[in-house]
Amino acid sequence: MTTAKSFTAAGLAGAVATAIAAATSPAAAADQVKCYGVSLAGENDCAAGPGTTCAATSTVDYQGNAWTLVPKGTCTTMDLPGDRHGSLEPLDRDLPEKS
Amino acid sequence: MARTSPDHVTTAIPARAGVSLKLDHVGEILNGADIGFFEIHAENYMGDGGLPHRMLERIRERFPVSVHGVGLSIGGDGPLDGAHLARLKAVVDRADPGLVSEHLAWSTHDHTYVPDLLPLPYTEATLATVAEHVAQVQDMLGRPILIENPSTYLAFAETTMEETDFLAALAARTGCGLLLDVNNVMVACTNREADPDAYIAAFPLDRVGEIHLAGHHEDRDAAGRTLLIDTHDRAVADPVWALYEATIERAGRPIPTLVEWDSDLPDWPVLAREAARAEEILARLRPAKELRHAG
Amino acid sequence: MRDDTVSRAAFLAAVSDRSAAVPAGLVGPDGAPDALRFQVYRNTVASTLTEALAASFPAVVRLVGDAFFAAAAIDYSAREKPASPLLFRYGASFPDHIAGIASLAAYPYVPDVARLDWAWLQAYHAADAAPFGADDLAAVPHDALAGLRLSPHPAMRTVISDYPVVSIWAANRADETEAAALPDQSEDALVTRPDIEVLVHRLPPGGAALAEALASGRSLEEAAGHAASIGGFDLGESLSVLLRAGAFAKPTP
Repeated sequence: MTTAKSFTAAGLAGAVATAIAAATSPAAAADQVKCYGVSLAGENDCAAGPGTTCAATSTVDYQGNAWTLVPKGTCTTMDLPGDRHGSLEPLDRDLPEKS
Repeated sequence: MARTSPDHVTTAIPARAGVSLKLDHVGEILNGADIGFFEIHAENYMGDGGLPHRMLERIRERFPVSVHGVGLSIGGDGPLDGAHLARLKAVVDRADPGLVSEHLAWSTHDHTYVPDLLPLPYTEATLATVAEHVAQVQDMLGRPILIENPSTYLAFAETTMEETDFLAALAARTGCGLLLDVNNVMVACTNREADPDAYIAAFPLDRVGEIHLAGHHEDRDAAGRTLLIDTHDRAVADPVWALYEATIERAGRPIPTLVEWDSDLPDWPVLAREAARAEEILARLRPAKELRHAG
Repeated sequence: MRDDTVSRAAFLAAVSDRSAAVPAGLVGPDGAPDALRFQVYRNTVASTLTEALAASFPAVVRLVGDAFFAAAAIDYSAREKPASPLLFRYGASFPDHIAGIASLAAYPYVPDVARLDWAWLQAYHAADAAPFGADDLAAVPHDALAGLRLSPHPAMRTVISDYPVVSIWAANRADETEAAALPDQSEDALVTRPDIEVLVHRLPPGGAALAEALASGRSLEEAAGHAASIGGFDLGESLSVLLRAGAFAKPTP
């Protein structure tokens, strides 16, 4: 566990004053990302999660065992900087034990 | 005719056509839709707050709403899930619905939930259990509920009662109403090679408080026999419309009718047109009834 | 008991397991069992759970592709069934499940993206509460600041990551076709819902530690001291993000 550092009363008050000023300034949304959620107007910027159904399904070709597949989505084309590769690499790892 | 205003709308479900409420359609609905009522699946409004709650408030300001539960497992052979029943009561308290309904089906056993409406055998023993569950729900909610006939793909060898007799006995024993899903009648009767018209003739239509319509998919079973699947992903089939019309005529009164569409959702105008088709059939009976009332 | 009785446990087991035999007491119109008809129930359960997970983890679906996601969802649902009919509560342990899939080892950020998808969904359904804002903080007397304790807003969640999780998540929720340029640094996410819209913020260094310490009931002085052990922590900066995002609830009078 790391050791906690102590703040003086003046240090806290100064930081709080800074926070209040920054939080009320109009240009302060730089840290907020897009995808604002689903608005009442029906602008679906983000999915709203699963809903229920009373319906049945006729056919399904879902097979389990993701261990035998390779991902084919955007993760294969996204490049992460540094040594964290986003591109697909050959896999020679041992398969994990299934519980 | 029920009075409507933007601030307050009647709770009672009119004998008109309604549709399932889907988030995708809310914008267009609030921009002006002429729909008799909207039905919500109770479980979708069992979160603690946020957009679903707010959306329901907005819809409820303008339209009557019916609450349709899909997860209470009334046909289960163990005790009802008290926590889920309390959640249903909270949704009903918030929505102030004109009707509350659930299914003659089960989905929870031994604390495991499977997302399907599974069938049950029809016997004196299951009737007693289901009647107990329905009474418990009605006591909790302080109002009668409607129970819906299921769509089924297989039958139980141990069944001793007709489904229509089972539902009639359930209604008589508990005072509950019935939700007649005409598409489920078509699906279940086709799948057990029974006559849908005979099913309707045997159904206690005087207990029906609501009708459901939905689309189904036609498939074949292992022996090549027609197998209908209750997919809710397309328009209502013509034979189901015909069966619906015959049902309404036999009932002799317009009955609130819901068009369900749960997956592969259409654009709003397509769904609104389905509702309008049901509305036309209902309207044929409505003037005659209003004339009698005026006299 | 008659031998054609089908127990609920037997029905449930057969619905959940493709290799299980169809209970003998379930029959088609000819009075004989029909495995294909029973398959309708199995398909419905399997596809509903898969689609529920896909709806809850949309950024993960996009990252790994539909087929891979469906396979991972089927594996997960085979061992983890919903505990209640609320499908938006199903999948809490799915991020841990995919963290164990070997073919995703080259993409070690995917479980964190899943955690952010999950945080988003839980925030979406969280209870409504008025957020504690800058005005509320300004009203606290200076001598009470050190001992100030704040209640977490019901929607507030943090996701701490070794990867640029917010940027990856945002690129895959926004349906962008071009691969986004990702920052060369890790990001911690703050999820809030001050009103009905779910907001996702990048937290500055130590911001998540500050938020979690405050949420667990520590005083501002204790929480700030705890977060200060993280390099680059600036109390004013972190606090401004938390305030602006609505991470804390206004005290109920």
